[in-house]
Amino acid sequence: MILWIVATLLGMGALAWGFRFAGQAATSNGPKFRDMPFGVAYGYVLGTGILLWLIWAYTQGRSADTAIANKFFFLRIAIEGFILFSIAAWLFRILGRSVGTVWSKKMFRSMPLTASFGIMTILIYAFLAIFAGVIAPYGQEEVILGAAANIVPGGDPALGGDPDFYFGTDQIGRDILSRLIYGAQNTVGIAFATTLLAFFLGGTLGFLAATLGGWLDQLLSRLVDVLMAIPSLIFALLLMTIASVWAPQLGIPLTVFMVLIIAVIDSTRVYRLARAVGQSIVVMDYIEAAKLRGEGLGYLVFKEILPNATAPLLAEFGLRFCFVFLTIAALSFLGVGIQPPLADWGTMVRDLGGFVNFAQFAPLAATAPLLAAGAIALLTVAVNFVVDWMLHKSSGLKE
Amino acid sequence: MTEEPLLKMRGVKLEGRSDEKWNPIINGVDLTLARGEVLGLIGESGAGKSTLGLAAMGYTRDGVRISDGSVEFDGIDLLKASAAVKRELLGKRIAYVAQSAAASFNPAHKLMDQHCEGPVQHGVMGRAESEQDGIELYRKLRLPNPEQIGFRYPHQVSGGQLQRCMTAMAMSCRPDLIIFDEPTTALDVTTQIEVLASIRDIVEQFNTAAIYITHDLAVVAQMADRIKVLLKGDEVETADTRTMLSAPTQEYTKSLWAVRSFERPLKPAVLTSAVPVVSVQNVDASYGIVPVLHDVSFDMYEGRTVAVVGESGSGKSTAARCITGLLPPKMGQILVDGQVMPADYRKRSKDQLRQVQMIYQMADTALNPRMSIGQIIARPVEFYLGLKGAEKRKKVDALLEQIELEPTEYYNRLPSELSGGQKQRIGIARALAAEPKFIICDEVTSALDQLVAEGILRLLARLQDQLSLSYMFITHDLATVKAIADEVVVMKDGRVVEQGPKQEMFQPPHHPYTDLLLSSVPEMDPDWLTNLLEERGVDNIGDAAVGKM
Repeated sequence: MILWIVATLLGMGALAWGFRFAGQAATSNGPKFRDMPFGVAYGYVLGTGILLWLIWAYTQGRSADTAIANKFFFLRIAIEGFILFSIAAWLFRILGRSVGTVWSKKMFRSMPLTASFGIMTILIYAFLAIFAGVIAPYGQEEVILGAAANIVPGGDPALGGDPDFYFGTDQIGRDILSRLIYGAQNTVGIAFATTLLAFFLGGTLGFLAATLGGWLDQLLSRLVDVLMAIPSLIFALLLMTIASVWAPQLGIPLTVFMVLIIAVIDSTRVYRLARAVGQSIVVMDYIEAAKLRGEGLGYLVFKEILPNATAPLLAEFGLRFCFVFLTIAALSFLGVGIQPPLADWGTMVRDLGGFVNFAQFAPLAATAPLLAAGAIALLTVAVNFVVDWMLHKSSGLKE
Repeated sequence: MTEEPLLKMRGVKLEGRSDEKWNPIINGVDLTLARGEVLGLIGESGAGKSTLGLAAMGYTRDGVRISDGSVEFDGIDLLKASAAVKRELLGKRIAYVAQSAAASFNPAHKLMDQHCEGPVQHGVMGRAESEQDGIELYRKLRLPNPEQIGFRYPHQVSGGQLQRCMTAMAMSCRPDLIIFDEPTTALDVTTQIEVLASIRDIVEQFNTAAIYITHDLAVVAQMADRIKVLLKGDEVETADTRTMLSAPTQEYTKSLWAVRSFERPLKPAVLTSAVPVVSVQNVDASYGIVPVLHDVSFDMYEGRTVAVVGESGSGKSTAARCITGLLPPKMGQILVDGQVMPADYRKRSKDQLRQVQMIYQMADTALNPRMSIGQIIARPVEFYLGLKGAEKRKKVDALLEQIELEPTEYYNRLPSELSGGQKQRIGIARALAAEPKFIICDEVTSALDQLVAEGILRLLARLQDQLSLSYMFITHDLATVKAIADEVVVMKDGRVVEQGPKQEMFQPPHHPYTDLLLSSVPEMDPDWLTNLLEERGVDNIGDAAVGKM
């Protein structure tokens, strides 16, 4: 085995050297190949190798022999999804460039494909969340009469599917597609509200600490340090357990407690950022000028500091949204988050998780829990793409 | 047969990328440099001096490209040379000294370690040999304690010393060509002299060719054999230093030379009965437990300018902070119109705050980048004068006209859309908007080019005449003092060393420190540095002269 690896590496090294040499000969020692480091040449060879393997694996995935095709089923889906989404993002960007205001056209012109994919995905999610009641074919808690439980996704009766329920049904016979759509409403909506609350808390306190300094800054910062010292998921779990006792007594839904708890825990991270950004703004001469003018605290924070802090805060908002969203999914997966019968992606993954064991011989059956997991992953990736792009823009890097 | 030049640049064109297209920075400049020759490259900021200096090494910054022309160093075409060939040349035969030594040294390594890296990497010397050579260079550059200084970290030596360490590092491989990119711009006048003298000595000693980039004409007059003037990427003229100084042929060059002649007429002496607008009385101040001001007293009268001069760290800006109330003094008091002001600015009334306004050195950080020019100026108008709507707009327009900017054009612009000089004008307008009696100008022209700075000084002078304002003018540039001041206060180590009317201050006899400061201001005479060094004795420039007092 080790011999194999060494031989492959050496072979690729030789290929890389040959590739660079051939390039130098072909371009009569042009600067591109002449100054190419060996590592870059190696990278080209490695990249080509991986690409070739992916193409081979894809043909395997499409093979008529189900035994072989099943092995490469998920890779096939991934490749197809990747290509489809790329094309969709590309079309979306073209659309954005030709429709809309001057400002939005200009924005789309300088946008990388990843960001346009992110924006497109977020828009689709937002659309699904807002119009869930209209779009979803069934109710989120509706156990459909006459439909079997555990229908395999794919809609192929030969493999245990049902064309009426293309995404299958869950363990008690609810339509997975409808639950996915309602899940967007519940999970994403609650995550959005939680993130907003976390930013309101953390942002306000952070700017106050940066502007006033002194004992208030010390007090808040140390408090935040204490909260941050406790692992956040375990802390949230602990507080949720306490809350689940209180909630019925007080008659307040557990979800409200969850939003508050996650918002407070996440606001510590926002606080740190807001304070750091605020501090670098507070030392500017224009803040000194405003202070000497006799401006009040409100003017300083909202008119002088906040407009200059929007770019990093907005980027953090996207990132924080992902974390909050994942925390909610994780809590739901552990059984203390969004409570049944409300549809939630985390809960769906937990409920159908057992099917993953069928992945090797019945990949379609294993897709059932992966649909919800995929929905989570897709949104997280999309938001991060948009955040990356915004960070890049606000940092002023052009090329 | 004439000797082949060391560096030959022919029709070099450089382009920079912004707004998704390539914009020209340098439009075809020729440059020839013989062995051992020093060429001064001068021009305003944005003229492309630094870009051209870097191109002489065959190097461009990110987002800049050489679109045309050739750069030939000792017969090697740097633009076509491979990376391996360039690696051999750069650092070994061509060296670069950057403007900010503090930002160019790696703070995590000792000076000597960084010094030896070049020679050892290039295989010029071994490590031990290179260390010996480093100590020798440090001695030649007259650094204090040359055996020990190499074992310090960059933050443990002063700015002037660090700049000399960088020159030593550039010298470590005995290059044929060194490019100095504004090496003394960030330094005080007294420190500048030491660095200039050491650079000139060492360049002469090793017969190194150099390109000396600067915007300070007086400095370039001391250093260069020839001067090339650049304007917006074009060469204006090139000539021998003496010819260039005595008989410039181009209009632009003449205007550069003329800047230094601006001077205001003398004003009559202040009446003894007059109440000073601002009076600083026996002020002691400290940052934490570190004392910075000791018994500082001076008065400022209506319609007059008091220039406060001194090196960095002398307490000039601290005195201003005491007057504004940002740093309440430990002892003593600040009087405005004979009334005692509360020490802390938070305890001052709106009207008291209005009377003292400030203009900052860096207009970039003094204007909120997210507010439009109109908003910036309108805020104090609204805040202090309570004007609203159309009245406010009228006042702002009037202010913009006062600072010579067209209101309709500039009202909605953001600060980032203005040039450095225009930004500084906005800073002035914001101060004027409060209708103050007294304005503190903290190094307002030191970040600006000479022509632009002159415009600002003329504007301030005109406003003073119109509105009978008082200025406290903090600066380390004595040429500015000569141009605008009525009275001069010289500060050193937190004490007022000497003060009096300008005409007295620029005539002997003085306190020795004032003397040192005045004689350290570079003059346009190419022999000035040589004469000065002879006068002071070559071995005790700067440091020694300060120590003598």
